[in-house]
Amino acid sequence: MSFFARFAQNRGALVGLIILMTIILMAILAPFVFPESPWRMVQRPFLPPMEVEGFPLGTDTMGRNVAAGIMHGAWVSLLIGLVSTSVALMIGVPLGAIAGYYGGLVDDALMRFTEFFQTIPNFALAIVLVAIMQPSITSIVLAIAIVSWPPVARLVRAEFMSLRHREYVEAARLVGQTNRTIILRQILPNTLSPIIVLASLMVATAILLESALSFLGLGDPNVMSWGYMIGAARTVIRQAWWLSFFPGVAILLTVLALNLVGEGLDDALNPKLARERS
Amino acid sequence: MTDPLLSIRDLTIALPKGADRRYAVEDVSYDVERGEIMCVVGESGSGKSMAANALMGLLPKGVRATHGEVIFDGQNLLTLTEKQHRRLRGLRIGMIFQEPMTALNPLMRVGAQIAEVFEAHGQYSAKERQARALALLEEVGIPQPDKAIRAYPFQLSGGQRQRVMIAMALALEPELLIADEPTTALDVTTQAQILELIRDLQQRRGMAVMFITHDFGVVAEVASRVCVMREGRIVELGSADEVLNHPQHAYTRALIEAIPSNLIPQAQSPRQQAPLLEVRDLNKVFRSRGGLFKPAREVVALRDVSFQLAPGETVGIVGESGSGKSTLGRCVVRLERPDSGTLLLSGTDFSALNKSELRRQRWRVQMIFQDPYASLNPRTRVGYAIAQGPMANGVSRRDAMKQAGELLDLVGLGAVAVDRFPHEFSGGQRQRIGIARALALNPELIVADEAVSALDVSIQAQILELLEDLKQKLSLSLLFITHDLRVAAQICDRIIVMQHGRIVEQGSAEAVFLSPQEAYTKQLLDAIPGRATELASA
Repeated sequence: MSFFARFAQNRGALVGLIILMTIILMAILAPFVFPESPWRMVQRPFLPPMEVEGFPLGTDTMGRNVAAGIMHGAWVSLLIGLVSTSVALMIGVPLGAIAGYYGGLVDDALMRFTEFFQTIPNFALAIVLVAIMQPSITSIVLAIAIVSWPPVARLVRAEFMSLRHREYVEAARLVGQTNRTIILRQILPNTLSPIIVLASLMVATAILLESALSFLGLGDPNVMSWGYMIGAARTVIRQAWWLSFFPGVAILLTVLALNLVGEGLDDALNPKLARERS
Repeated sequence: MTDPLLSIRDLTIALPKGADRRYAVEDVSYDVERGEIMCVVGESGSGKSMAANALMGLLPKGVRATHGEVIFDGQNLLTLTEKQHRRLRGLRIGMIFQEPMTALNPLMRVGAQIAEVFEAHGQYSAKERQARALALLEEVGIPQPDKAIRAYPFQLSGGQRQRVMIAMALALEPELLIADEPTTALDVTTQAQILELIRDLQQRRGMAVMFITHDFGVVAEVASRVCVMREGRIVELGSADEVLNHPQHAYTRALIEAIPSNLIPQAQSPRQQAPLLEVRDLNKVFRSRGGLFKPAREVVALRDVSFQLAPGETVGIVGESGSGKSTLGRCVVRLERPDSGTLLLSGTDFSALNKSELRRQRWRVQMIFQDPYASLNPRTRVGYAIAQGPMANGVSRRDAMKQAGELLDLVGLGAVAVDRFPHEFSGGQRQRIGIARALALNPELIVADEAVSALDVSIQAQILELLEDLKQKLSLSLLFITHDLRVAAQICDRIIVMQHGRIVEQGSAEAVFLSPQEAYTKQLLDAIPGRATELASA
């Protein structure tokens, strides 16, 4: 059975994938549908949804188009989610793999280093980092990556510890494979499914973190993001519900879609589980 | 003749949709009379345990009996409610499981677990329950029952735990005892003791016993009647004597023949060559680091082990669990580092190589692992799994893959298997892949660690045949580690018997089997189930 067929057996994952594709499409089409900057004031402020043609989601406190903001914001949210997760994986996976494979002193040293990051609450550390580095897309991505790699390292380490004494790993050692080959070709592929599932959840958390930072006014002042939109609308939430509602729904759907896709990937990537179901 | 105690009539049990066959058992009928031991024999997947599960009301989810009846003392067990069933279980039907460690509650003292059986059926006062538990432990022959009653399961050995299980099953003096592979997880000598205990108790109490096993040797030891099952159907049913000595059905005959026979191994001409492997005074101690509250523990796995292996020879290392036989194998392939002693492999000291030198020389000794399911990487295609050895030693990918195809052909799987994943193969086929992988590097010596122990008898026979065949074709040198003397007798030229990390006896297979010198070897040989009957018939 093909990979996609196995993936599609999980109905929820298919729904998630469709939502995710829609959001990606929104991000790609944004500059064509709304060629003007989403920051531009185009109509009178506080226009409710569906009132005036061309403004299906209304306008915000300054008369900016909410629909344009949502579509341009999709781009920012996805970019930050994906890039920061990739950076976090690039730090966490090698650290965890080395700690778990070699064990002993190496493991002790790397794990103490990891715990050092884990003792500080995520969000507080992220705020401090962004505040120090000046809010910009780069600093936000870095801050999110730095606070979110420790769980990756711990997961990968635990997987490696349980896999390194498997007979097939010993067989690989017996034929004279180098430690590097054993880590990359024997053990790592078998840790992929939990890593991928964790990564899809991390993209979701990263989007939430970015929204939270923007909400507090620590977002990149040059890009329109969902979090910023909610943050800016919080003072007028009783007069203009739509200003925080639509970006909120966008975040909810994206995070939900990513979680569903992650679960579907887990099923599809695990040939043993997939076989049991078929 | 009175009615049988248990009578199974046309029992059909349906499996859930998508299983590999429609019925777990189909139209199965047999009786268990009072005071007899009925053996149900079959290989894995034959449905031999299913009828027992049905009559205990322990069928797994999605599996139901669709047809037939199970009559126990005039009552159809299949139509009972859960509550009625519970009253029957333990009280009139007792059960023993395969793995005594998982069947006992690890956090409860043994005495309390036996007392719980009485409690569940509301019998006796608390004090009396303890007294009964003690009496039962005495009856099943646990040493120091007054101490054992306060022990936790992990403090007992495997055999003692199985005795506790038996005590629990017997607590309420059931009329029927169901024993589902009760000795499979045990060493031979322990197995012999447990079988004797079951036979003894059965006679003393006049119970009926339904004994489920895959081992014809065990059948020969205990059975009064035998029911052979295959793929959910009864193949043959009759008295033990009839079935074992005059099997009617071809499958029964095949099964009996597939038992690695313990008839006298062939005499071998002694070899005069320089030894390929020479092991001198090997020692290995496992130490667990002590903590704040636990003392450091030392387990001596190998004590001054010395032996030689000539080129083209197969040496069997036989011992019970904890004898150090696997550690010896792992030291020879250098997955473990011996504490002291030398391992000379055609002259080079294998135990003294440094890391990078060792990696370059590893191809010279390869290993076939025990568990065919754990020894292949589930995400690696079979061809690559075999080719990775040569590739790690500098052969190009193309040549290595081509060779992998040839090797798969050689072990009887066909070169098309190259592109498939391990989970597409059965246990026996996977073991063939494991053998092909070990052969890929053209090693001087192959260590087979319990290579056939996890397989069904008929598959076991095929793999042994393959090894024998390869031995002839490629003049392999084999170090064959096993707990099963019958297997060792089939394939080994020489046999080394180990106990508590020491070599107890070594000699040609013929000498060890026919004229064992040491008491322990004799004990091991006597413990082989079915040996007495087979020698008598030989």
